[in-house]
Amino acid sequence: MAYVSASVYTSHVPAIGAALDQGKTQEPYWQPLFAGYEFSKQWMQEAKPDVIILVYNDHATAFSLQMIPTFAIGTAAEFRPADEGWGPRPVPMVQGHPELASHIAQSVILQDFDLTIVNEMDVDHGLTVPLSLMCGQPTAWPCPVIPFAVNVVQYPVPRGQRCFQLGQAIRRALDEYDEDLNVQIWGTGGMTHQLQGPRAGLINKQWDSKFLDKLIDDPEAAAAIPHIEYVREAGSEGIELVMWLIARGAMSDVAGGSKPTVRHRFYHVPASNTAVGHLILENGH
Amino acid sequence: MALDKPYLDIPGTIIFDAEQSRKGYHLNQFCMSLIKAANRERFKADERAYLDEWPMTEEQKQAVLARDLNWCIRTGGNIYFLAKIGATDGKSFQQMAGSMTGMTEEEYREMMIKGGRSPEGNRYLGEDGDAQAHRQPQGNSHHAQAKEM
Repeated sequence: MAYVSASVYTSHVPAIGAALDQGKTQEPYWQPLFAGYEFSKQWMQEAKPDVIILVYNDHATAFSLQMIPTFAIGTAAEFRPADEGWGPRPVPMVQGHPELASHIAQSVILQDFDLTIVNEMDVDHGLTVPLSLMCGQPTAWPCPVIPFAVNVVQYPVPRGQRCFQLGQAIRRALDEYDEDLNVQIWGTGGMTHQLQGPRAGLINKQWDSKFLDKLIDDPEAAAAIPHIEYVREAGSEGIELVMWLIARGAMSDVAGGSKPTVRHRFYHVPASNTAVGHLILENGH
Repeated sequence: MALDKPYLDIPGTIIFDAEQSRKGYHLNQFCMSLIKAANRERFKADERAYLDEWPMTEEQKQAVLARDLNWCIRTGGNIYFLAKIGATDGKSFQQMAGSMTGMTEEEYREMMIKGGRSPEGNRYLGEDGDAQAHRQPQGNSHHAQAKEM
């Protein structure tokens, strides 16, 4: 059976990818940010996941306004890093896990989550920046990755509650899988930020801190946060945080198991326009 | 029944909902086309001619030519799509976001380093925060522009 060993939460700011790709990680502006992920890179080497389910949002890259899937799972064997307008990031191809992805799609759809199945797509900074932060700059990513894209571009995005339930459905799907696999699930995006209008640059440290506390100790309460609170308190793009609830919903305690262990917690302002938050939660074995 | 829009009372913010998306469909699809390098070249070679290939409104084309992102957003643009124009111009997300506040690049960068824009006074229309209409535009960028005109 496949099982979730840990969940990882991190922002996915494009400028972080650019800073890494251009060798700026030791500049005073970026150094404190990358220092916050040193532990995480070590931890990744020890955790050795077989597969990562990476929840992220596409930023007008694979999906234009022609089609806007609310939840989309990548079932391809590989995914190319996208050209988002600046040229593609110089990072490795992303290897998928078609068997597990197809299994999750089938199981989760039969649990009434109507996923869109994507057999071909490029992946943007939403997916590659978290991989870079957690794995550094390897010549190949350490394991296959299943891209799981959530619409957070056009309102309404899925409700936090729905995302949290979807995470639970994904965990049940893993329970039914024949092969023994160590799976991590990552929720990415956020934390507070607003990229548009005269209110651009909004950061709400107090709210972010409370969100992290809630996500760890009372995920049901985090899932109950309504959209309007995200927009008002966390900025129009802060609503990306609903994606963290998918990862949180897949943890054992939500299904009656023991509380996860907080292996790492990090918060830094700013990365470009954004408050960066990062958590590693481990399930007990 | 009309769409419920509980977010209309937030200052300095336009939520990209179905209505904005309908209004901005061709504007955003034009932006999307710029993820191809060949299209970026064609756009840079003759912006007006490239824009005329799209069934956008004249106002949307003017907003793009002026690189006025607030104007683009009012006419249905979404920031993730508009970012393709910025990328074509070699601008970062921070430069793009800052350009919507009236601040210079340095002023905006400085605000972010100091912890960003406070939510205080910026949660509801009618409060007194720096994103409220009566306190906009902020910063020196628009003063510099006014002198040039």
